[in-house]
Amino acid sequence: MGIRIRVEVNGQPRESEVEPRLLLVHWLRDQLGLTGTNVGCETSLCGACTVWIDGKAVKSCTQLAVQVDGSAVRTIEGLASNGQLHPLQEAFHQEHGLQCGFCTPGMIMAGAALLQENPHPTEDEVRNALKGNICRCTGYHNIVKAVRRAAQGGA
Amino acid sequence: MANVIGTSVLRREDSALITGKGKYTDDLQPARMTWAGIVRSPYAHARIRSIDTSKARAHPGVVAVFTGKDIVDSGVPGVIPTAWLLPDMKTPTHRVMAIDTVRYVGEAVAVVVAEDRYTARDAAELVEVDYQPLAVTVDPEKATEAGAPQLYEDVPNNVSFDWQWGDKSKTDEAFAGAAHKVAIRLRNNRLIPHAIEPRATLAEYDDAKGELTLTMTTQNPHVHRLLITLASLGIPEHKLRVKAPEVGGGFGSKIHHYADEAITGWCALQVKRPVKWTATRTEANLTDAHGRDHVTLAELALDAGGKVLGLRVHTWAAMGAYLCTFAPAVPTILYATLLSGQYDIPAIHARVLGVFTNTAPVDAYRGAGRPEATFVVERLMDRGALELGLDPAELRRRNFIAADRFPFQTAAGLLYDSGNYAPALEKALAMVGYDELRREQARRVPGARAGREKLLGVGLSSYIEACGLAPSQVAGALGAQAGLWESAKVRVHPTGVITVYTGSSGHGQGHETTFAQIVAGRLGVDMDKVEIVHGDTSQIQFGMGTYGSRSAAVGGSAIVATLDKIIAKGKKIAAHLLEAAEEDIDFADGAFKVKGVPGKERALGDVVLQSYLAHNLPADVEPGMEMTTFYNPSNFVFPFGTHVAVVEIDPETGEIELLRYVAVDDVGNVINPMIVDGQIHGGIAQGVGQALWEQAVYDEAGQLLTGEMLDYALPKAHNLVSYETARTVTPCPHNPLGVKGVGEAGAIASPAAVINAVVDALSPYGIQHIDMPATSEKIWRAIHSA
Repeated sequence: MGIRIRVEVNGQPRESEVEPRLLLVHWLRDQLGLTGTNVGCETSLCGACTVWIDGKAVKSCTQLAVQVDGSAVRTIEGLASNGQLHPLQEAFHQEHGLQCGFCTPGMIMAGAALLQENPHPTEDEVRNALKGNICRCTGYHNIVKAVRRAAQGGA
Repeated sequence: MANVIGTSVLRREDSALITGKGKYTDDLQPARMTWAGIVRSPYAHARIRSIDTSKARAHPGVVAVFTGKDIVDSGVPGVIPTAWLLPDMKTPTHRVMAIDTVRYVGEAVAVVVAEDRYTARDAAELVEVDYQPLAVTVDPEKATEAGAPQLYEDVPNNVSFDWQWGDKSKTDEAFAGAAHKVAIRLRNNRLIPHAIEPRATLAEYDDAKGELTLTMTTQNPHVHRLLITLASLGIPEHKLRVKAPEVGGGFGSKIHHYADEAITGWCALQVKRPVKWTATRTEANLTDAHGRDHVTLAELALDAGGKVLGLRVHTWAAMGAYLCTFAPAVPTILYATLLSGQYDIPAIHARVLGVFTNTAPVDAYRGAGRPEATFVVERLMDRGALELGLDPAELRRRNFIAADRFPFQTAAGLLYDSGNYAPALEKALAMVGYDELRREQARRVPGARAGREKLLGVGLSSYIEACGLAPSQVAGALGAQAGLWESAKVRVHPTGVITVYTGSSGHGQGHETTFAQIVAGRLGVDMDKVEIVHGDTSQIQFGMGTYGSRSAAVGGSAIVATLDKIIAKGKKIAAHLLEAAEEDIDFADGAFKVKGVPGKERALGDVVLQSYLAHNLPADVEPGMEMTTFYNPSNFVFPFGTHVAVVEIDPETGEIELLRYVAVDDVGNVINPMIVDGQIHGGIAQGVGQALWEQAVYDEAGQLLTGEMLDYALPKAHNLVSYETARTVTPCPHNPLGVKGVGEAGAIASPAAVINAVVDALSPYGIQHIDMPATSEKIWRAIHSA
């Protein structure tokens, strides 16, 4: 009953036999041990599970693992490169853009995707881009600052 | 070394959390782990005729299936307790799992243990329960009326408690002679806390030692352990370990002892394998303790000059189907005691009915009673201002408790230790440009009425809270079945590095950073040499945990008191080593120094090492350098401030936009301004959410219509603004840091500020109140029926 999938995850080729109904987020978390990607709602509303599929931010709680066969997936664990944090990770730290940290991986993946498309977003553009990611701790104030700081830093 | 206390040190918690390395409960996956899937009642009120588990048991991958009867038959106490007992309160038994009757949608009736996450849910669907539906009541006021469906035979009118506070006759007299009286009927909307991490429990049983370890989403591991020992599972305290790994937000919802935790733990004892349960969001919304849900009639009496003479409230407070852990305290002593607000009100009386309804239990949620009180007081102040034709700021000024009258005994029973309210109001008004806004507001009215312009509204909320929960003796007298102190143990190791074991249990507040700042600042050591350990009953002395904005004021004070003991012991040893009298030793900059003799000193690390070597100690000094304190505060702390919301309303559509939000808070001395601001921001967002969007809705049959984030409108980034924050500083006089609390302030102040702004914007239509959440639909209907 399993279906074989081959996926590049954080730059590494991974191969698994998965149940057709297995959600991408559960494949990442339960089978690959990549627990940085969190589940907050299972209905693609909170965005805690946001990862990149072929460079685009996608909510992994409403994707099946079999749908990413042949794709490249990047998770929060794979965002830093050569031991250097992504500028947005560093900006979240500098601007106190996180409290409990549960929404943070998804928030950073969504924010980093925004910065790839729009390197210099206005405050309104940041707020609109992040409306699919819910944070209950920060009131978004410092998250918005963090995204704008990363935009300036990476200019 | 510069003192780090009072500086915005970046958080040490962050590096794990921004890289995905932080471990929350659901991230853990020990070998041979199984999954629990809980079968929940689809009815809000029903008799259970029978439960057939045979199909679920036969399902491939199922390890075991249990019902409430199995739990009872195992001989465990099997009860979910309430830990706050009011006089004459009716406390029906709340079983870990229902046996014969269910009283809200989501109540647990059976559990499946299976090899994986999906099989557990599949098999839970196969459990067949035969229910006989019963009549349902969901509204706290209607539930008390004659003929309302009854949840319990021995609880007439569904009233768990009928509680009164204050001086009724004095209050009645104040009203009898008053020149002005205003009355308002309010709903404080039911909220679902929505920590983004759903609740979860991992239970691991060590059969050899007979020890159960629960790793779980908790704000207070020791309290959880105690309640599980005493009421639900009966496991001796020393054979039960409760650990909080990373906890993804709580806001009160992870204080309480829930059935799911007991069920998961009990299952691990049966199957002798690790068992994990993680709530789905729907399960969380059905079973997390909800917040608020009050219906209130409130009245204010004023004299001709606008001086408040008396305040009277009658509140119906929903308790839900059962009394949750601290539920009875929330609408009583955390509510009625705050009804004096920042004002000198000579007579106050409150009557509160705690009412059972066929809904999820209600308990503490960010602010817990104090947002409800602030909403009542601050809505009444605006109504009073309208009645007298005064500016809302002016009516507040006329009634503030004057700065020279502290400590001030209120008619609502609290002794405010300190306060200075006018400067916070004036600062907030200056920041927002109040007078200019009022001119702009007036300018727009004709255009708005003609449909050409948007209405502008400005709302004030001058709030107070009592937090840093706090004094154990008072809490005991008022019904708490626990003390409200906090503990700290400081271990200075032989090499001079320091481990602090705190009874506070942070879950996003940045305790590891803030507490390390306290230690570094007080001892003059580098922060990197200080480790903060929290959230594990096997490592830490009994602690009360994190809620009620108490961690800095109570937990931080416990650490300071312990550091003082370390310094005192160090002085004895240093005096001995330096051949000086103990009273001639000062401790400063990380060294023990002989007064007036420059250079004659021993570094802290050196003295600590000597304490462990013990080769040359004074006769009356034990070796080692480790101290513990159980700090019992003498009073609450009383943060206050004024928040101002500015809203714009489109009279054609009812659409509302939050334009600006100004918050001036006085939380006493500040240890880390960055973290304090972050707490204020988050609280504001939750309170604005309550005011404008959030509401748990049950239909007449007791079905939760807001069971997912799709239906329950949480604030999102584009709904909110960047907040304008500032502080005044009135230190707490009774704790060593002079700190108050900050975690709840934003959520306490903001609902009233926003609704006052909405009503202010709608005042040209003669609209005097809009219930929360003030949706565009409600506003549109109010305009069109005005």
